[in-house]
Amino acid sequence: MYPSRFRYEAPHSLDEAISLLRNGGDYAKVLAGGQSLVPLMKLRFASPELVVDINNIPGLAYHRADPDGTLRIGALCRHADLERSDLLPGTQPTMAAAAPLIADPIVRNRGTLVGSLCHADPQGDWASVVLSLGGSVVAQGPAGRRTIPLANFVLGPFENALAPDEIAVEAVIPAAKGARAGGYLKLERRVGDFATVGVAVSIETSGEVVTRAGIALTGVGGATIAATDAAQALVGKPLSADSIGQAAELAAAAAQPRTDHRGSAEYKRHMVATFVERILSRADHAAERAA
Amino acid sequence: MTIVYEDRGDEAASAVPMRRIRFTINGEKKIAEVEPRLLLSHLIRRGVGLTGTHMGCDTTNCGACTVLVDGQAVKSCTMLAVQVDGRSVETVEGLASASELHPLQEGFKQEHGLQCGFCTPGMMMAAKALLARNPDPTEEDVRWALSGNLCRCTGYQNIVKSVLWAAAKLRSE
Repeated sequence: MYPSRFRYEAPHSLDEAISLLRNGGDYAKVLAGGQSLVPLMKLRFASPELVVDINNIPGLAYHRADPDGTLRIGALCRHADLERSDLLPGTQPTMAAAAPLIADPIVRNRGTLVGSLCHADPQGDWASVVLSLGGSVVAQGPAGRRTIPLANFVLGPFENALAPDEIAVEAVIPAAKGARAGGYLKLERRVGDFATVGVAVSIETSGEVVTRAGIALTGVGGATIAATDAAQALVGKPLSADSIGQAAELAAAAAQPRTDHRGSAEYKRHMVATFVERILSRADHAAERAA
Repeated sequence: MTIVYEDRGDEAASAVPMRRIRFTINGEKKIAEVEPRLLLSHLIRRGVGLTGTHMGCDTTNCGACTVLVDGQAVKSCTMLAVQVDGRSVETVEGLASASELHPLQEGFKQEHGLQCGFCTPGMMMAAKALLARNPDPTEEDVRWALSGNLCRCTGYQNIVKSVLWAAAKLRSE
């Protein structure tokens, strides 16, 4: 399969890339890892006139924590970098759990977290993870940079809030105010398949009390779903079998699954509840062990 | 090197975008003129003429087309040929020397790691990247590293054994 014909540019600076996008005609796409874009182009679901490859732009292949704990992930940070990161396991349990579950090991060598957010696939794992953490995307355009909360960045299936001449240069995960716990669980038929169901849970606790909670769902609706009621049921009290059960039930209610070849709607809804419960029970045990 | 492209009939030949790229493949320096939409797998197979890199699914699933780009395993059906400009590509043909098989190839022979052989080049290249990073992998490490490569013959058991065999051989060299 061949993509349809396009012009290709591989600039060496962000400014140059933005100006190419600006003058690039009606339909330009940014190429980072290419693990979603190239397959879409081969299937001719995407037929850009111009592809701006940002892989030669230095200074985008990082992930690092600010002194206050804010995590920044550059546009060329690959899934594999996050999977092998020493930074994530202690401070970012939800991200550390998700990184090895993205696609397959070879795809993870190329694909990027920021690209996955831009792709805005309802089946994308990172969007749920970043949404559960209250993260955002930094976009750079001719007028400078702006920060877009992920909840406002993903507009719908395969649709993001970037202007045609903007590039998503960084994802930002805010620092936890207390201790952070959580996880990501994904049900897939085999490695590399899209999620039948994916659930991201991120909580922050101060003492025993949950001070912030985020729950987001992958693959059970037309877009990534923020299960805000479910998250809210956890806040202001210690984790308990009661609050966990309530959150699981509300998360299942927030899902909008459809029956397809990956499973029945009923089964998927059940798995949402099971995953919420499983992640939070583990978080609870981890907190006990720490105490 | 010449690659023949289809003519859609709606453009002058001079309007077709072309890029000249410079890359290394299995240690040999090459310069190629390619249309940006040419996939890396096609550059390797049709352009350079190295047909050891197989195209299985052409949809980023099967891993048969796995090659190393600057030492990293990638699915060459999911990378544009223009993207290897200035980079180094290794394919299965680069494994053996003139007189000797690579320990991975020897391992697949010793442990019967292939039947039809279609997935084998991709398996070997993914395994090569693993062993470069982790010379003493556990069975679990090998299974994990090869989980992006599909085999429809062997049931994987002997492939895993072959990679472990090669790892042991490489460590003893």
